[in-house]
Amino acid sequence: MPVSSTIEPAVRVETKRQPLPPREHLEAVFEIRDLTAVYGSKPALKGVTMEVYKHLVTAVIGPSGCGKSTFIRCLNRMNDLVPHFRQSGTIRYHGQDISGREVDPVAVRRTIGMVFQRPNPFPKSIYENVAWGLRVLGMKDNLSERVERALTRAALWDEVKDRLKASALSLSGGQQQRLCIARALAVEPDVVLMDEPASALDPIATQAIEQLLHELKREYSFVIVTHNMQQAARVADMTAFFSISQGAEGGRWGELVEYDTTEKIFTAPADPRTEDYVTGRFG
Amino acid sequence: MELLAWLAAAVAVGILGVVVWSVAKRGASELNLDLLTKTPVQFAIGNVKQGLANAFVGSIVLVGLATAMALPFGILIAVYLVEFARASVKNGASLVLDVLNGIPSIVIAIFVFGLLVVGHGQSGLAGSFALATLMLPLVARATMEVLALVPDSLREASLALGVPRWRTTLGVVLPQTIGGIMTGTVLAVARIAGETAPLLFTSSVAGTSVLWNPTQPLQSVPLSIFQLSESPVPADHARAWAAALVLLLFILCVSLAARWLATRSRRKLGRAGR
Repeated sequence: MPVSSTIEPAVRVETKRQPLPPREHLEAVFEIRDLTAVYGSKPALKGVTMEVYKHLVTAVIGPSGCGKSTFIRCLNRMNDLVPHFRQSGTIRYHGQDISGREVDPVAVRRTIGMVFQRPNPFPKSIYENVAWGLRVLGMKDNLSERVERALTRAALWDEVKDRLKASALSLSGGQQQRLCIARALAVEPDVVLMDEPASALDPIATQAIEQLLHELKREYSFVIVTHNMQQAARVADMTAFFSISQGAEGGRWGELVEYDTTEKIFTAPADPRTEDYVTGRFG
Repeated sequence: MELLAWLAAAVAVGILGVVVWSVAKRGASELNLDLLTKTPVQFAIGNVKQGLANAFVGSIVLVGLATAMALPFGILIAVYLVEFARASVKNGASLVLDVLNGIPSIVIAIFVFGLLVVGHGQSGLAGSFALATLMLPLVARATMEVLALVPDSLREASLALGVPRWRTTLGVVLPQTIGGIMTGTVLAVARIAGETAPLLFTSSVAGTSVLWNPTQPLQSVPLSIFQLSESPVPADHARAWAAALVLLLFILCVSLAARWLATRSRRKLGRAGR
């Protein structure tokens, strides 16, 4: 049963999770300070300051257009690919600033992997989907074992071990997404970013991926964007709630409203906007 | 309205039908193996067997060389513009390619004449360079179009692994576009195989023997048609029609092949985009 709550949340928070140590004892993977992101002249995100901790699952929730996707795409410099995108503020990754122009985004993405909203396997065989990146990045020793290990971690090995040469596009959506997770894990990242990884999947495939997060967070740190509050409540240790702010001249941008343990966010949020969102009054 | 549109379509098909039919009717009598294997005989007396082997071989060499020049350049241009260039550069260069595509072939012929023929003499190389100039924008534009069809999600998948941009282009993007690039190339080949004007100044004073060496002027099918049609001998006219028929059949086959390739590659891209 949930801890005695001051509000009636729309979703129940799982209580079997281990209680988190105090935040000052946690090791930060990302320290984000005053992050502001702009597409052309349209601000997407203003003044985000927060930490992402090691070996935890951090969920980013909020209504559509609140900048959640923009936010995690800043963490591995994927927004560099968007024309007219600019950002200010600093993002430190294990103490090192990765947001500057002089930092090579390829090196950043090498250790900070990403899984996307829609499964996007390469139109190659199942085996090649995992092996290609390894080969390109020079991790050629024990290639088959690495592929098997990655597929096993993504809980896909048993389903595909007899047809590794088949096209990845012959897999179901949920299997494709797990293949994309295997592909990301194979190159041994430190952090895995997930941009609504289950939004295109059915409930069973979603459950399989949530189960994975529970098992893998001992080895990796995860940041997961979701607009599904139940999902955040089920998988996340920490939850950041983003919302849309409106300026005087009608400008709209996303901002971080509240960031705390998942339990706190869903049972005793400090900000009334968070409360409105998690109780389902807004969203 | 619908009737008018139907009529317009019928007229287009009808014109093609009349062209094919009249060429076939006049050329069929001379369409035989000799046409492809024998060379022309000057001042032929009596019923000497002759053909246009020199023109067919010349055309193969000219078009082959032109493709070898235009294809790598065209693909590189397209890859640069779609995968690497800023939007303003891309738009500017696309416009330049479209203008290049619209330049009359005779103008390109004069340009290549001034560049390569004056002082050096005509050669198959000059002729194929002129053809390659015509082919380049066709290949580049076709490649740009197929590159634009490759979903960004595939590029992101590769880049998110920490794979550099150029490896992403080579390993993920280009393999998706091979079918489309081949379609564009094949259509460009069909287009330049029938070009006469670029060869007029660059590779037209050719002999009657079969030549594979592109440093010498090479005969070509379209020029043969032109020259034979000027001849006073009626048998030459018949051979001009036959050569025209061969050219037409070649373009028909190539267009069908291009269509087949296009459907195949579109199906492949469609699967990847899902």
